Amino acid sequence: MSIDTARIREDFPILSREVNGRPLVYLDNAATTQKPRAVIDALKHYYETQNANIHRGIHTLAVEATEAYEGVREKAAQHIGAASAEDIVFTRNTTESINLVARAWGDANLREGDEIVLTLMEHHSNIVPWQLVAQRTGAVLRYAGIDADGRLDLDALRSLIGERTKVVSVTHMSNVLGTINPIAEIAGMARKAGALLLVDGAQSAPHLPVDVEALGCDVFAFSAHKMLGPTGVGVLWARPGLLAEMEPFLGGGEMISIVKPEGSTWADGPHKFEAGTPNIADVIAFGSALDYLADLGMTEVREHEKRITAYAIEALEASGGITVHGPHDVEVRGGAVSFEVDGVHPHDISTIVDAYGVAIRAGHHCAQLLMRHLEVPATNRASFYIYNEEREVDALVAALDEAKRVFGRVESRTAV
Amino acid sequence: MSRAEPQFDELYREVILDHYRRPRNAGTLEAPTHQAEGANPVCGDEIELHLAVEGDVICEMAFRGQGCSISQSSASMMTERVCGGTIDEARRVMRLFEAQLVDAAEPDPALGDLEALQGVAQFPVRVKCALLCWKVLREALNIDETEHARTSQGD
Ligand SMILES: Cc1ncc(COP(=O)(O)O)c(C=O)c1O
Repeated sequence: MSIDTARIREDFPILSREVNGRPLVYLDNAATTQKPRAVIDALKHYYETQNANIHRGIHTLAVEATEAYEGVREKAAQHIGAASAEDIVFTRNTTESINLVARAWGDANLREGDEIVLTLMEHHSNIVPWQLVAQRTGAVLRYAGIDADGRLDLDALRSLIGERTKVVSVTHMSNVLGTINPIAEIAGMARKAGALLLVDGAQSAPHLPVDVEALGCDVFAFSAHKMLGPTGVGVLWARPGLLAEMEPFLGGGEMISIVKPEGSTWADGPHKFEAGTPNIADVIAFGSALDYLADLGMTEVREHEKRITAYAIEALEASGGITVHGPHDVEVRGGAVSFEVDGVHPHDISTIVDAYGVAIRAGHHCAQLLMRHLEVPATNRASFYIYNEEREVDALVAALDEAKRVFGRVESRTAV
Repeated sequence: MSRAEPQFDELYREVILDHYRRPRNAGTLEAPTHQAEGANPVCGDEIELHLAVEGDVICEMAFRGQGCSISQSSASMMTERVCGGTIDEARRVMRLFEAQLVDAAEPDPALGDLEALQGVAQFPVRVKCALLCWKVLREALNIDETEHARTSQGD
């Protein structure tokens, strides 16, 4: 069954609001998505009927809350094709998941001269944690480049990965270019070098069918808020056995087994990495987001986004004076579409389209290395999700036409 | 028509676009007596400012930078307006300009071209774009922050 946007839109209360006197056209889904009523209701339901601290209680509420929380671990595992919920850790977001690995695995395993291989299309959250661990350990960072089409240069990556490589950390899908990276192929390179492969799934888990076994990565990180869930919940999956090999990240309650004055032993499984009271309510509501996506089917989600992305790329370029970055073939890209409007800075574009109720993002998208590579200070980015319709692309294009007109006034006068 | 068309010709007056496309005093000075640079980390606007001051007169000024039309045209107009005057005069214009943007005050005739930026006051997220070059000027001339504490809270 294909995606029925009209029906889906009814599930999202915010989509019926107006912005600046116009219906909201929300095209900033790569930053965060809107939430369906089921997720909002789940939060309310939890606080109204089940609120209790988990794991430590014998009373009924504590048992119910614990079951609900642990049940989401199972759903998160299913979402990414992981065999066991025991390998799923809840964090605050993708950023924290990556920091956890850089700290808990990186500090213990990296030595001076070891190499960490990244790419130029990484989000800052997959760069800065590695820069910090490099400072602590003396490890060195290497960056694989990208080609003119915005695709990862696999030959360059292959030649960077060698004996000294201890970590390869790449994004599954670029939040700027939309590029989908061939993770299974990269996993082969990392495996041959004996390096840990971390995949930043912040943009793929919400939009593609993901199967971590098939991808062959060691670690996969993503954020609930980019896939219909609440803010404040991230997921870290690690290949079976890896969590047990890692030292703790944060210390405190929940993560211990026995505490003695001279030292402590750690809880088993994911709990070792969930110190303190976790974000119980938001994790439980994230379960409703995962149910929502499972009901739609991730294959259908992907097909819908391919259609609207193809439509958007074509409509933007056909409108004139607009260049779309990244691959144009929707088989190898997702629905984050960055573009330039000739002679108009992205912030000016954002101000103008916002007046038409259109929400897009202008800026460096936390990818300054990529901006430098593209030789632009910033880009405009429209990004799509399950509720977006072609008419919303049309609204964007019409608003951009106004921006071109406003800025064209002087250009046409001073042109010789 | 049930809803008004947004009016951008007022925000983006021709004089603004003209300064954006053909910035005045663009570049650097060979021997600046004062200089400073500033950036707006959220949007990436950047301004670097050079001044040559003799006594209390700003004799020469140059800037370079990158960013949106508001930040760059504001810098261009600022250099045109304050270059050739005294530091006290620059300080006075700064105060008038900030009042125009932050308090949406009626533009003072002393502002000259800078009056064209009054429309920015209607777009709070863009006010800091227009103020960036002034922040840099204040830093270059070591003008006391507290004097403008009330108006700089938009940073
Ligand atoms: C590719 C990518 N990685 C990481 C992140 C960071 O996600 P979060 O801010 O939820 O930690 C983002 C989100 O902006 C992203 O797009």
